[in-house]
Amino acid sequence: MSHVLELRAVCKTYVDGADEVHALREVDLIVEPGRMVAVMGPSGSGKSTLLTIAGALETPTTGEVLVGGLPLSGMSGEDRARLRRRAIGYVFQDFNLLPGLTAAENVALPLELDGISAAKARAAGLRALEELGLAERASRFPDQLSGGERQRVAIARAIVGDRRLLLADEPTGALDTVNGEAVMRLILSACKTGVGAVVVTHDAQLASWADRVVFIRDGRVVDRTAPRLGPDSLLSQEAAR
Amino acid sequence: MSIRHALLALLSEGPKYGLQLRAEFEARTGEVWPLNVGQVYTTLQRLERDGFVESDDDSEPGPQKGFRITGDGAEELASWLRTPPDLAAPPRDELVIKILVAVRLPGVDVHQVIQAHRRYLVELMQEWTRLKDEEGDVDLNLSLVVDAELYRLDSVVRWLDTADGRLKRAALEPPAVGQASVRPQIRRRTGVRR
Repeated sequence: MSHVLELRAVCKTYVDGADEVHALREVDLIVEPGRMVAVMGPSGSGKSTLLTIAGALETPTTGEVLVGGLPLSGMSGEDRARLRRRAIGYVFQDFNLLPGLTAAENVALPLELDGISAAKARAAGLRALEELGLAERASRFPDQLSGGERQRVAIARAIVGDRRLLLADEPTGALDTVNGEAVMRLILSACKTGVGAVVVTHDAQLASWADRVVFIRDGRVVDRTAPRLGPDSLLSQEAAR
Repeated sequence: MSIRHALLALLSEGPKYGLQLRAEFEARTGEVWPLNVGQVYTTLQRLERDGFVESDDDSEPGPQKGFRITGDGAEELASWLRTPPDLAAPPRDELVIKILVAVRLPGVDVHQVIQAHRRYLVELMQEWTRLKDEEGDVDLNLSLVVDAELYRLDSVVRWLDTADGRLKRAALEPPAVGQASVRPQIRRRTGVRR
Protein backbone atom coordinates (compact mmCIF):
# COMPACT_ATOMS: atom_id res chain seq x y z
CA MET A 1 0.00 0.00 0.00
CA SER A 2 1.35 3.46 -0.81
CA HIS A 3 2.15 5.96 1.91
CA VAL A 4 -0.52 8.49 2.80
CA LEU A 5 2.16 11.17 2.70
CA GLU A 6 5.77 11.26 1.68
CA LEU A 7 8.17 14.19 1.69
CA ARG A 8 11.44 13.64 -0.17
CA ALA A 9 14.30 16.08 0.49
CA VAL A 10 11.87 18.99 0.72
CA CYS A 11 13.41 22.46 0.92
CA LYS A 12 11.54 25.74 1.23
CA THR A 13 13.37 29.02 0.89
CA TYR A 14 11.73 32.43 1.19
CA VAL A 15 13.44 35.50 -0.19
CA ASP A 16 13.23 38.47 2.14
CA GLY A 17 14.88 41.44 0.37
CA ALA A 18 18.53 40.48 0.00
CA ASP A 19 18.20 37.68 2.57
CA GLU A 20 17.23 34.07 1.98
CA VAL A 21 15.30 32.37 4.77
CA HIS A 22 15.60 28.58 4.77
CA ALA A 23 12.31 27.49 6.34
CA LEU A 24 12.82 23.79 5.51
CA ARG A 25 16.03 22.00 4.60
CA GLU A 26 16.16 18.51 3.10
CA VAL A 27 13.15 17.21 5.04
CA ASP A 28 12.23 13.53 4.57
CA LEU A 29 9.01 12.29 6.14
CA ILE A 30 6.80 9.25 5.63
CA VAL A 31 3.30 8.77 7.06
CA GLU A 32 1.80 5.31 6.65
CA PRO A 33 -1.97 4.65 6.64
CA GLY A 34 -3.28 4.35 10.21
CA ARG A 35 -0.31 6.15 11.77
CA MET A 36 -0.05 9.40 13.68
CA VAL A 37 3.21 11.30 13.33
CA ALA A 38 3.92 14.31 15.54
CA VAL A 39 6.27 17.03 14.35
CA MET A 40 7.69 18.75 17.40
CA GLY A 41 9.68 21.95 17.46
CA PRO A 42 9.75 25.50 18.84
CA SER A 43 8.17 28.55 17.15
CA GLY A 44 9.97 29.38 13.93
CA SER A 45 11.42 25.88 13.52
CA GLY A 46 9.54 25.35 10.24
CA LYS A 47 6.87 22.97 11.49
CA SER A 48 3.91 25.02 10.20
CA THR A 49 5.62 25.46 6.82
CA LEU A 50 6.02 21.69 6.71
CA LEU A 51 2.28 21.31 7.25
CA THR A 52 1.26 23.80 4.54
CA ILE A 53 3.59 22.05 2.06
CA ALA A 54 2.29 18.59 3.07
CA GLY A 55 -1.24 19.94 2.57
CA ALA A 56 -0.49 21.20 -0.97
CA LEU A 57 -1.19 24.78 0.13
CA GLU A 58 2.37 25.77 -0.77
CA THR A 59 4.91 24.23 -3.13
CA PRO A 60 8.44 23.31 -2.05
CA THR A 61 11.43 25.17 -3.52
CA THR A 62 13.06 21.81 -4.22
CA GLY A 63 12.16 18.22 -3.38
CA GLU A 64 9.00 16.21 -3.88
CA VAL A 65 5.72 15.74 -2.02
CA LEU A 66 3.58 12.64 -2.66
CA VAL A 67 0.03 12.33 -1.32
CA GLY A 68 -1.40 8.82 -1.56
CA GLY A 69 1.57 7.94 -3.80
CA LEU A 70 0.84 10.75 -6.28
CA PRO A 71 3.61 13.33 -6.82
CA LEU A 72 2.25 16.89 -6.50
CA SER A 73 4.91 18.39 -8.76
CA GLY A 74 3.38 16.96 -11.94
CA MET A 75 -0.13 18.17 -11.12
CA SER A 76 -1.93 21.20 -12.54
CA GLY A 77 -3.18 23.79 -10.07
CA GLU A 78 -6.70 22.50 -10.59
CA ASP A 79 -5.70 18.89 -9.84
CA ARG A 80 -3.91 19.99 -6.71
CA ALA A 81 -6.99 21.90 -5.56
CA ARG A 82 -9.14 18.80 -6.16
CA LEU A 83 -6.70 16.67 -4.16
CA ARG A 84 -6.85 19.22 -1.33
CA ARG A 85 -10.64 19.06 -1.29
CA ARG A 86 -10.93 15.27 -1.54
CA ALA A 87 -7.95 13.66 0.14
CA ILE A 88 -6.71 16.07 2.79
CA GLY A 89 -8.38 17.32 5.97
CA TYR A 90 -7.12 20.23 8.08
CA VAL A 91 -7.59 20.92 11.79
CA PHE A 92 -6.51 24.29 13.16
CA GLN A 93 -6.01 25.60 16.66
CA ASP A 94 -8.96 28.00 16.38
CA PHE A 95 -11.36 25.45 14.78
CA ASN A 96 -12.22 27.66 11.74
CA LEU A 97 -15.91 26.69 11.68
CA LEU A 98 -18.29 28.97 9.78
CA PRO A 99 -20.57 30.62 12.37
CA GLY A 100 -23.65 30.81 10.10
CA LEU A 101 -23.70 27.06 9.40
CA THR A 102 -24.78 24.24 11.72
CA ALA A 103 -22.32 21.52 12.79
CA ALA A 104 -23.69 19.19 10.09
CA GLU A 105 -23.50 21.90 7.40
CA ASN A 106 -19.92 22.75 8.41
CA VAL A 107 -18.90 19.11 8.12
CA ALA A 108 -20.72 18.66 4.78
CA LEU A 109 -19.26 21.84 3.29
CA PRO A 110 -16.01 20.39 1.82
CA LEU A 111 -18.05 17.76 -0.03
CA GLU A 112 -20.52 20.31 -1.39
CA LEU A 113 -17.64 22.50 -2.56
CA ASP A 114 -16.37 19.43 -4.38
CA GLY A 115 -19.63 19.22 -6.36
CA ILE A 116 -21.38 16.48 -4.40
CA SER A 117 -25.15 17.00 -4.08
CA ALA A 118 -26.34 18.71 -0.89
CA ALA A 119 -28.34 15.65 0.20
CA LYS A 120 -25.43 13.25 -0.24
CA ALA A 121 -23.00 15.64 1.40
CA ARG A 122 -25.33 16.09 4.35
CA ALA A 123 -25.68 12.32 4.79
CA ALA A 124 -21.89 11.88 4.76
CA GLY A 125 -21.55 14.79 7.20
CA LEU A 126 -24.01 13.20 9.62
CA ARG A 127 -22.14 9.90 9.34
CA ALA A 128 -18.85 11.58 10.25
CA LEU A 129 -20.51 13.31 13.24
CA GLU A 130 -22.03 10.00 14.37
CA GLU A 131 -18.64 8.30 14.20
CA LEU A 132 -17.28 10.92 16.56
CA GLY A 133 -20.24 10.72 18.95
CA LEU A 134 -21.66 14.11 17.95
CA ALA A 135 -24.90 13.09 16.22
CA GLU A 136 -27.10 14.94 18.72
CA ARG A 137 -25.16 18.17 18.13
CA ALA A 138 -25.64 18.09 14.35
CA SER A 139 -28.17 20.93 14.15
CA ARG A 140 -26.40 23.26 16.62
CA PHE A 141 -24.49 26.35 15.49
CA PRO A 142 -20.82 26.73 16.53
CA ASP A 143 -21.65 29.31 19.22
CA GLN A 144 -24.00 26.75 20.81
CA LEU A 145 -21.14 24.25 21.19
CA SER A 146 -18.38 24.06 23.80
CA GLY A 147 -14.75 24.53 22.73
CA GLY A 148 -14.14 20.77 22.90
CA GLU A 149 -17.25 20.06 20.80
CA ARG A 150 -16.24 22.64 18.21
CA GLN A 151 -12.86 20.99 17.78
CA ARG A 152 -14.55 17.59 17.46
CA VAL A 153 -16.78 19.01 14.71
CA ALA A 154 -13.63 20.38 13.02
CA ILE A 155 -12.13 16.87 13.14
CA ALA A 156 -15.33 15.40 11.65
CA ARG A 157 -15.02 17.95 8.83
CA ALA A 158 -11.38 16.94 8.33
CA ILE A 159 -12.20 13.24 7.85
CA VAL A 160 -15.58 13.51 6.05
CA GLY A 161 -15.90 11.58 2.79
CA ASP A 162 -12.83 9.63 1.83
CA ARG A 163 -10.03 11.72 3.28
CA ARG A 164 -6.90 9.70 4.06
CA LEU A 165 -4.61 12.46 5.32
CA LEU A 166 -5.36 14.57 8.37
CA LEU A 167 -3.12 17.57 9.08
CA ALA A 168 -3.43 19.28 12.45
CA ASP A 169 -1.67 22.43 13.67
CA GLU A 170 -1.66 22.62 17.51
CA PRO A 171 -5.17 21.08 17.53
CA THR A 172 -5.64 21.32 21.31
CA GLY A 173 -4.08 24.75 21.75
CA ALA A 174 -7.15 26.53 23.07
CA LEU A 175 -8.57 23.62 25.08
CA ASP A 176 -8.08 22.46 28.67
CA THR A 177 -6.30 19.15 29.35
CA VAL A 178 -9.38 16.93 29.48
CA ASN A 179 -10.84 18.33 26.24
CA GLY A 180 -7.40 18.28 24.64
CA GLU A 181 -7.07 14.61 25.52
CA ALA A 182 -10.51 13.92 23.99
CA VAL A 183 -9.35 15.58 20.75
CA MET A 184 -6.19 13.45 20.63
CA ARG A 185 -8.22 10.28 21.27
CA LEU A 186 -10.46 11.28 18.37
CA ILE A 187 -7.54 11.76 15.99
CA LEU A 188 -6.20 8.40 17.16
CA SER A 189 -9.55 6.73 16.47
CA ALA A 190 -9.58 8.32 13.00
CA CYS A 191 -6.15 6.74 12.48
CA LYS A 192 -7.55 3.35 13.47
CA THR A 193 -9.85 3.59 10.43
CA GLY A 194 -6.80 3.96 8.16
CA VAL A 195 -6.32 7.74 8.12
CA GLY A 196 -2.72 8.96 8.36
CA ALA A 197 -2.23 12.03 10.55
CA VAL A 198 0.44 14.67 11.02
CA VAL A 199 0.15 16.71 14.20
CA VAL A 200 2.39 19.74 14.51
CA THR A 201 3.04 20.92 18.06
CA HIS A 202 5.51 22.32 20.57
CA ASP A 203 3.79 20.37 23.36
CA ALA A 204 5.39 17.08 24.46
CA GLN A 205 2.18 15.80 26.07
CA LEU A 206 0.35 16.22 22.77
CA ALA A 207 3.21 14.69 20.78
CA SER A 208 3.26 11.68 23.08
CA TRP A 209 -0.04 10.48 21.57
CA ALA A 210 1.72 9.88 18.24
CA ASP A 211 3.19 6.60 16.98
CA ARG A 212 6.31 8.49 15.99
CA VAL A 213 7.71 11.90 16.96
CA VAL A 214 9.92 13.83 14.57
CA PHE A 215 11.97 16.69 16.05
CA ILE A 216 12.51 19.76 13.88
CA ARG A 217 14.99 22.59 14.53
CA ASP A 218 15.84 25.46 12.17
CA GLY A 219 14.00 23.76 9.30
CA ARG A 220 15.85 20.49 9.64
CA VAL A 221 14.70 17.14 11.02
CA VAL A 222 17.28 16.57 13.75
CA ASP A 223 15.95 13.45 15.45
CA ARG A 224 13.11 10.91 15.67
CA THR A 225 11.78 8.71 18.44
CA ALA A 226 12.52 4.99 18.23
CA PRO A 227 9.78 2.62 17.07
CA ARG A 228 7.29 1.78 19.82
CA LEU A 229 8.12 -0.90 22.35
CA GLY A 230 5.80 -3.65 23.53
CA PRO A 231 2.90 -2.78 25.84
CA ASP A 232 4.59 -4.14 28.99
CA SER A 233 7.95 -2.45 28.47
CA LEU A 234 7.17 0.45 30.79
CA LEU A 235 6.06 -1.53 33.81
CA SER A 236 8.91 -4.01 33.45
CA GLN A 237 11.39 -1.08 33.29
CA GLU A 238 9.88 0.30 36.47
CA ALA A 239 9.99 -3.07 38.22
CA ALA A 240 13.62 -3.56 37.25
CA ARG A 241 14.71 -0.36 39.02
CA MET B 1 7.12 8.17 48.65
CA SER B 2 5.62 7.22 51.99
CA ILE B 3 4.69 3.55 52.20
CA ARG B 4 4.01 4.15 55.90
CA HIS B 5 1.18 6.54 55.22
CA ALA B 6 -0.17 4.57 52.27
CA LEU B 7 -0.54 1.56 54.60
CA LEU B 8 -2.20 3.71 57.29
CA ALA B 9 -4.65 4.96 54.63
CA LEU B 10 -5.56 1.39 53.65
CA LEU B 11 -6.00 0.40 57.33
CA SER B 12 -8.27 3.38 57.93
CA GLU B 13 -10.88 1.48 55.88
CA GLY B 14 -10.80 -1.44 58.34
CA PRO B 15 -8.46 -4.20 59.65
CA LYS B 16 -6.39 -6.00 56.99
CA TYR B 17 -3.74 -8.71 56.60
CA GLY B 18 -0.21 -7.95 55.36
CA LEU B 19 -0.58 -9.68 52.01
CA GLN B 20 -3.90 -7.98 51.45
CA LEU B 21 -2.27 -4.58 52.15
CA ARG B 22 0.39 -5.23 49.54
CA ALA B 23 -2.16 -6.26 46.88
CA GLU B 24 -4.38 -3.25 47.62
CA PHE B 25 -1.44 -0.80 47.61
CA GLU B 26 -0.40 -1.99 44.16
CA ALA B 27 -3.96 -1.91 42.80
CA ARG B 28 -4.63 1.62 44.13
CA THR B 29 -1.47 3.01 42.55
CA GLY B 30 -2.27 1.55 39.13
CA GLU B 31 0.37 -1.17 39.74
CA VAL B 32 3.02 1.37 38.86
CA TRP B 33 4.99 1.05 42.12
CA PRO B 34 5.68 -2.60 42.92
CA LEU B 35 6.08 -3.33 46.64
CA ASN B 36 7.76 -6.41 48.10
CA VAL B 37 6.17 -8.22 50.99
CA GLY B 38 9.26 -7.70 53.19
CA GLN B 39 8.81 -3.89 52.90
CA VAL B 40 5.19 -4.27 53.98
CA TYR B 41 6.02 -6.27 57.13
CA THR B 42 9.00 -4.09 58.13
CA THR B 43 6.83 -0.98 57.77
CA LEU B 44 3.99 -2.56 59.75
CA GLN B 45 6.38 -3.48 62.58
CA ARG B 46 7.63 0.11 62.76
CA LEU B 47 4.08 1.47 62.71
CA GLU B 48 3.21 -0.89 65.58
CA ARG B 49 6.32 0.21 67.51
CA ASP B 50 5.25 3.85 67.08
CA GLY B 51 1.72 3.07 68.27
CA PHE B 52 0.04 3.87 64.94
CA VAL B 53 -1.27 0.33 64.30
CA GLU B 54 -2.19 -2.69 66.46
CA SER B 55 -1.97 -6.36 65.54
CA ASP B 56 -4.24 -9.23 66.50
CA ASP B 57 -1.78 -11.04 68.75
CA ASP B 58 1.89 -11.36 69.57
CA SER B 59 2.60 -14.08 66.99
CA GLU B 60 5.31 -13.63 64.34
CA PRO B 61 4.35 -11.57 61.27
CA GLY B 62 2.79 -13.79 58.61
CA PRO B 63 -0.09 -13.95 56.19
CA GLN B 64 -2.63 -14.64 58.95
CA LYS B 65 -1.70 -11.70 61.16
CA GLY B 66 -4.23 -8.87 60.98
CA PHE B 67 -3.56 -5.16 61.59
CA ARG B 68 -5.80 -2.21 62.46
CA ILE B 69 -5.18 1.54 62.75
CA THR B 70 -5.12 3.25 66.19
CA GLY B 71 -6.40 6.73 67.13
CA ASP B 72 -2.82 8.06 66.97
CA GLY B 73 -2.44 6.41 63.55
CA ALA B 74 -5.56 8.17 62.24
CA GLU B 75 -4.23 11.52 63.54
CA GLU B 76 -0.83 10.90 61.96
CA LEU B 77 -2.51 10.12 58.61
CA ALA B 78 -4.70 13.25 58.72
CA SER B 79 -1.72 15.48 59.51
CA TRP B 80 0.47 13.86 56.78
CA LEU B 81 -2.23 14.44 54.12
CA ARG B 82 -2.12 18.18 54.76
CA THR B 83 1.65 18.56 55.13
CA PRO B 84 3.19 19.80 51.87
CA PRO B 85 6.18 17.78 50.66
CA ASP B 86 9.49 19.65 50.79
CA LEU B 87 9.57 21.48 47.45
CA ALA B 88 10.96 24.79 48.72
CA ALA B 89 14.59 24.27 47.76
CA PRO B 90 15.58 22.97 44.31
CA PRO B 91 16.63 19.31 44.29
CA ARG B 92 20.14 18.41 43.14
CA ASP B 93 18.86 17.35 39.73
CA GLU B 94 21.19 15.09 37.76
CA LEU B 95 19.89 16.28 34.39
CA VAL B 96 20.39 19.96 35.30
CA ILE B 97 23.95 19.15 36.36
CA LYS B 98 24.62 17.28 33.09
CA ILE B 99 23.49 20.27 31.03
CA LEU B 100 25.53 22.71 33.14
CA VAL B 101 28.58 20.48 32.59
CA ALA B 102 27.87 20.14 28.85
CA VAL B 103 27.77 23.95 28.47
CA ARG B 104 31.35 24.21 29.78
CA LEU B 105 32.94 21.13 28.26
CA PRO B 106 35.04 21.79 25.15
CA GLY B 107 34.11 19.73 22.09
CA VAL B 108 30.59 18.98 23.39
CA ASP B 109 27.53 20.33 21.54
CA VAL B 110 25.14 21.11 24.38
CA HIS B 111 22.19 21.23 21.95
CA GLN B 112 22.87 17.62 20.95
CA VAL B 113 23.05 16.61 24.60
CA ILE B 114 19.72 18.39 25.23
CA GLN B 115 18.12 16.65 22.24
CA ALA B 116 19.29 13.21 23.39
CA HIS B 117 17.54 13.76 26.73
CA ARG B 118 14.48 15.32 25.07
CA ARG B 119 14.05 12.29 22.81
CA TYR B 120 14.38 9.87 25.70
CA LEU B 121 11.79 11.79 27.74
CA VAL B 122 9.30 11.99 24.85
CA GLU B 123 9.72 8.25 24.22
CA LEU B 124 8.91 7.61 27.89
CA MET B 125 5.88 9.93 27.62
CA GLN B 126 4.70 7.98 24.56
CA GLU B 127 4.78 4.78 26.61
CA TRP B 128 2.82 6.35 29.48
CA THR B 129 0.27 7.88 27.10
CA ARG B 130 -0.22 4.51 25.43
CA LEU B 131 -0.82 2.93 28.81
CA LYS B 132 -3.41 5.60 29.62
CA ASP B 133 -5.05 5.19 26.22
CA GLU B 134 -5.28 1.42 26.55
CA GLU B 135 -6.18 1.04 30.22
CA GLY B 136 -7.12 4.47 31.57
CA ASP B 137 -10.82 3.96 30.89
CA VAL B 138 -11.00 0.97 33.21
CA ASP B 139 -8.56 2.09 35.91
CA LEU B 140 -9.03 5.60 37.33
CA ASN B 141 -6.09 5.24 39.75
CA LEU B 142 -3.80 4.35 36.88
CA SER B 143 -4.96 7.46 34.96
CA LEU B 144 -4.18 9.68 37.95
CA VAL B 145 -0.71 8.19 38.40
CA VAL B 146 0.01 8.41 34.65
CA ASP B 147 -1.16 12.06 34.52
CA ALA B 148 1.22 12.92 37.37
CA GLU B 149 4.09 11.17 35.59
CA LEU B 150 3.28 12.87 32.26
CA TYR B 151 3.23 16.32 33.89
CA ARG B 152 6.52 15.59 35.66
CA LEU B 153 8.24 14.46 32.43
CA ASP B 154 6.60 17.31 30.49
CA SER B 155 8.05 19.86 32.91
CA VAL B 156 11.52 18.42 32.29
CA VAL B 157 11.03 18.65 28.50
CA ARG B 158 9.88 22.27 28.90
CA TRP B 159 12.97 23.04 30.94
CA LEU B 160 15.15 21.48 28.20
CA ASP B 161 13.30 23.55 25.54
CA THR B 162 13.85 26.72 27.57
CA ALA B 163 17.52 25.87 28.17
CA ASP B 164 17.96 25.17 24.44
CA GLY B 165 16.53 28.58 23.49
CA ARG B 166 18.34 30.45 26.26
CA LEU B 167 21.71 28.93 25.28
CA LYS B 168 21.12 29.74 21.63
CA ARG B 169 20.37 33.38 22.47
CA ALA B 170 23.30 33.59 24.88
CA ALA B 171 25.65 32.38 22.14
CA LEU B 172 24.45 35.25 19.93
CA GLU B 173 24.47 37.93 22.66
CA PRO B 174 27.04 37.22 25.39
CA PRO B 175 26.01 38.73 28.77
CA ALA B 176 27.33 42.24 29.55
CA VAL B 177 30.31 42.53 31.90
CA GLY B 178 29.53 43.72 35.43
CA GLN B 179 26.45 41.58 36.09
CA ALA B 180 28.50 39.09 38.07
CA SER B 181 28.40 41.31 41.16
CA VAL B 182 24.72 40.49 41.90
CA ARG B 183 25.28 36.73 41.91
CA PRO B 184 26.54 36.01 45.46
CA GLN B 185 23.39 37.51 47.00
CA ILE B 186 21.10 35.31 44.93
CA ARG B 187 23.15 32.25 45.68
CA ARG B 188 23.00 32.83 49.42
CA ARG B 189 19.24 33.09 49.39
CA THR B 190 18.55 29.68 47.83
CA GLY B 191 19.65 26.49 49.52
CA VAL B 192 19.96 23.35 47.46
CA ARG B 193 18.40 20.13 48.71
CA ARG B 194 20.42 16.96 48.57
